[in-house]
Amino acid sequence: MKSKFMLAALAGTALVATSALAEDVTLTVESWRNDDLTLWQDKIIPAFEAAHPGIKINFTPSAPTEYNAVLNSKLDAGSAGDLITCRPFDASLALYEADHLAALDDMDAMDNFSDVAKSAWQTDDGSASFCVPMASVIHGFIYNKEAFEELGLEVPTTEEEFFAALETIKEDGTYIPMAMGTNDQWEAATMGYNNIGPNYWNGEEGRKALIEGEQKLTDEQWVAPFETLAKWADYLGDGFEAQTYPDSQNLFTLGRAAIYPAGSWEISGFNAQADFEMGAFKAPVKAAGDSCYISDHTDIGIGMNASTEHPEAAKTFLTWVASPEFADIFGNALPGFFPLSNAPVDLEDPLAKEFVSWRDDCDSTIRSTYQILSRGTPNLENETWGASAAAIKGTKTPEALGEELQSGLESWYAPQQ
Amino acid sequence: MQKPRIRWHIAVFLAPAVLIYTSVMIFPLFNTLRLALFQKVDQERVYVGLENFRTLFFDPTWSEQFWNALANNFWFFLIHMLVQNPIGIALAALLSHPRLRFAALYRSAIFIPTILSFVIVGFAWKLILSPIWGIAPSMMDAVGLKSLFAPWLGKEEYALTTLAMVSVWQFVGIPMMLIYAALLSIPEEMLEAGEIDGVTGIAAFWKIKLPLILPSIGIISILTFVANFNAFDLIYAAQGALAGPDFSTDILGTFMYRTFFGFQLQLGDPHMGSAIAGAMFAIILVGVCLYLFGIQSRMRRYQL
Repeated sequence: MKSKFMLAALAGTALVATSALAEDVTLTVESWRNDDLTLWQDKIIPAFEAAHPGIKINFTPSAPTEYNAVLNSKLDAGSAGDLITCRPFDASLALYEADHLAALDDMDAMDNFSDVAKSAWQTDDGSASFCVPMASVIHGFIYNKEAFEELGLEVPTTEEEFFAALETIKEDGTYIPMAMGTNDQWEAATMGYNNIGPNYWNGEEGRKALIEGEQKLTDEQWVAPFETLAKWADYLGDGFEAQTYPDSQNLFTLGRAAIYPAGSWEISGFNAQADFEMGAFKAPVKAAGDSCYISDHTDIGIGMNASTEHPEAAKTFLTWVASPEFADIFGNALPGFFPLSNAPVDLEDPLAKEFVSWRDDCDSTIRSTYQILSRGTPNLENETWGASAAAIKGTKTPEALGEELQSGLESWYAPQQ
Repeated sequence: MQKPRIRWHIAVFLAPAVLIYTSVMIFPLFNTLRLALFQKVDQERVYVGLENFRTLFFDPTWSEQFWNALANNFWFFLIHMLVQNPIGIALAALLSHPRLRFAALYRSAIFIPTILSFVIVGFAWKLILSPIWGIAPSMMDAVGLKSLFAPWLGKEEYALTTLAMVSVWQFVGIPMMLIYAALLSIPEEMLEAGEIDGVTGIAAFWKIKLPLILPSIGIISILTFVANFNAFDLIYAAQGALAGPDFSTDILGTFMYRTFFGFQLQLGDPHMGSAIAGAMFAIILVGVCLYLFGIQSRMRRYQL
């Protein structure tokens, strides 16, 4: 008798609790972007809550290096938040395959994004999307405007002009022509190979052909960027072999180097550090008039926990994230992280504006190694780091590097075998 | 017949240490070895026997990395044996000289780096050797040796040796202290007896002191061996998990870390990582056993 009464009482409280929730739903957002905490609290959450009374957002970021592990254990324990910030590619795909992320294809708002933007959070065949793309980073070169004026240099658009400009800066001797080192290796691949490469392999066309096995890493268009990188060595500072990523950043912001091969995420840091005017130019094309491609790399997305108790509220939030209003807030608060929606966004930061303007003239692509191809052992992305650094240092020939990468990829990737 | 008394106090006193040691050392060790016998297939953990070890030793992509890391590890160890330990012994011999002034100051100065964190040491030396901001190039310039300076940490052929030297700098205090203690324990009478027989100065070191400190040198060698084959921190702090340039500073510790926890786009593989950890354990075990049964037990000891 007593236990029945207890059950009824419990059921009663549960009902009360759910009805209270129905009035005011609180959604918890999992994220690794603890740098963005104030942005969420001061701008994003108030803007959303003002437009959607009844839904409260709670942003709970964890440290970037711990995020994947923390999130996985929370998901397994069933204690993860309703909304999950998505890492690009395999990390999120694994969550979708383990039924932790819900498919979002039925959301109309997904039509606001291009296929490239969605590619980071799709199944391999592109049949299901599971995260709303939030932001991308664009690669290019940031340059010291004052140095360029001083030396009477024009912004280079072709490769020939690019190397001519480097030569002029080198001859003058006031500035290190280009600030990049090979010590940490990833800059060589990310800001080198995948920055200039899309112009060689024609962006998405080459990247997809590689995934389908129609092109090989030993093909001309994949080896040629290494040849170009090898020419960079003459224009990097003394001892670039031991120069680290922060070294390069400091060299440039202290005004000691003229050109910095960049990712757009540098913008806010550089704005704070550098006291000279900066400009940006996209990766130079081979001959004037060639069509250009930029690396517009998808970096952050947001998806819905498949076992959330409030799928409707979560979808309302995701729809809002896909809207121009969110893109406007996000793009301006974090210059250098560009919203991915098709709706044009008015950015205020001049440098960020310059970067994003390339989307109008050039075709976007993502880093060639990120989707599918870095799933096996040896890991193509990590191999590309070493290969790009070796190309710049001249310790191996571009052809040998192409062969090394190709044989590594062939060893586990069926379409390339 | 009297019932033997159960000595409860032994169990009670042993229990805390046994429990803690088992839970934080023995259990994880055996669990790691167990993990090496599994592999994840389609989200399920399946038993694969020694398959992971076969991959590690015979699959070209893995074995190449493994042998590279092992060879680098031996080189790292060799530098320590050839540089750190002789310098440590020499310093100890100097410090134990009765007429040396400020001995305590030197002793502390040389020992201090040992208590610094690897991260600090790695970072400080990276800055010292930096071709851009470092003091190494300008110091070498001041004595006219600028032409000998190279971006050592960025060159395949020098990076590992440079890091081994940094590690020697950090840890030379340990052999110094151990040998110093051994030297101090040599009774004065013995040296005086030698003096009467005409063995003085350097000869006294070679003929009397060195044979007496040989067991300490043996212990130092084995400590160096174990520490070097477990090394990871300094390389990781200075060169990152990819142990660049081009894996030239990759040792078993960094190789294991990269495999176990994953790196950048490479997802972690706890099973292969455990296999590498198992191989490290075996190498150290064999090395220590060879030493203990092959050398230590045959070493001559003198009753002081």
